[in-house]
Amino acid sequence: MIATFAQSAVQTTDPTELTRLRAVAASVLDPEIPVLTLDDLGILRAVRIDDDGTVHVRLTPTYTGCPATAVIAADVQAALLAAGAERVEVRTVLSPAWTTDWISADGRRKLTEYGIDPPGQCSPPGSLPAGRAGLSGRRPVVLTLSARCPRCGSTRTREVSRFGSTPCKAHWTCQSCLEPFDSFKAI
Amino acid sequence: MSVESIENPARTGDSVIRTALTSYLLGLGDDALILAQRLGEWVTRAPQIEEDIALANIALDLLGQARTLLTYAGEVEGEGRDEDDLAYLRDERDFRNVQLVEIENGDFGVTMARQLTFAAYQFELYTGLLTSDDHTLAGLAAKAVKEVTYHRDHATQWVLRLGTGTAESHRRMQAGLDATWPYVEELFDNRDVADLLAALPGIAVDPATLRPAWSAYVGDVLDEATLVRPQPRWRSRGGRRGYHSENLGHLLPDLQNLHRSHPGATW
Repeated sequence: MIATFAQSAVQTTDPTELTRLRAVAASVLDPEIPVLTLDDLGILRAVRIDDDGTVHVRLTPTYTGCPATAVIAADVQAALLAAGAERVEVRTVLSPAWTTDWISADGRRKLTEYGIDPPGQCSPPGSLPAGRAGLSGRRPVVLTLSARCPRCGSTRTREVSRFGSTPCKAHWTCQSCLEPFDSFKAI
Repeated sequence: MSVESIENPARTGDSVIRTALTSYLLGLGDDALILAQRLGEWVTRAPQIEEDIALANIALDLLGQARTLLTYAGEVEGEGRDEDDLAYLRDERDFRNVQLVEIENGDFGVTMARQLTFAAYQFELYTGLLTSDDHTLAGLAAKAVKEVTYHRDHATQWVLRLGTGTAESHRRMQAGLDATWPYVEELFDNRDVADLLAALPGIAVDPATLRPAWSAYVGDVLDEATLVRPQPRWRSRGGRRGYHSENLGHLLPDLQNLHRSHPGATW
């Protein structure tokens, strides 16, 4: 489906205009972590311009219930209209499922600077970074060393709760500088 | 709930398949919706603030799954009903959730027993749906299985901690399992969904096939937690046909009142 989509974009669009509008959509900021662009997050799936000038945008949600998804769609629409698009249609696509592995290197650097420990390498479904997830031994378990404190850089840190201030983050605390911090879950 | 379009292939299949798929999607969507509502009741009441946040996060994941499933059910049904119509304007007998998700929260032990049971079931369910011929279902499953992995692990850690904690925590965790177990077999009972499973080969997952893997996982957790698998003397049945316990009748007014009192209200 994605392949067909890209193909038709090439056929019907002035490439310069498409590149310009794609860059506008890609630079929209995440409302929850307003240092990351949609490109940094890797959730902008495709941009296409119709014969009638309608700009079609495909986004993928980070979590199915993430409340930011609707806000992001509205922000993309507003940004494209402000950039001169006549009509904008934003749709959400679930497949293939988003993974934190799509967060760019630049995005990971920005996360650390913002005070959030960036996600490690994603492990296959059914395994979790630590604890009892692999209890029955039927699925691979990836062991994570420790999250690195984004403030002091220490790895003497402790997971407080696997669920944090937003669906995508876990709650950690640093035992060196004693500050709490968010860690992006690898999914 | 806001309007959000979810891409899915046009579905013009024959009416038997459409009806069966609508019913199947309602069953899965209602399970997620009703449990999200129940878990939301813990907010401001959980034993620790971290648990408040964890249970709300889990409820949010389930609500996201419910929204996708109910939106898609409305599209497949083809009668113009959206996720809000399906969540807020159906009556008790129209809900297709299993009775497990509607039982009252009880104490933290009952809620964790229900969480372990249901998250382990959903994990196997979504794993099975990864290879569904229906692209929307397979797409949702790929997303949801990652979320549910966290839910299952969360419940596992609590069951282990409470089971091997103090004598009182052990007693209450066992009591939670005892209260929950009469509702477990309904998860895997395919008698009430036999017709729709027959109409949806390659699309739906027969819940009976999920039981061995579920049983192995939950059995290991209970063994390590020094808890005993209960032997209930009765079993629930009929949620998928719209037969519910008294609990759902009390839950629905909380869920639906605002929308029914103020039709079309938005934030």
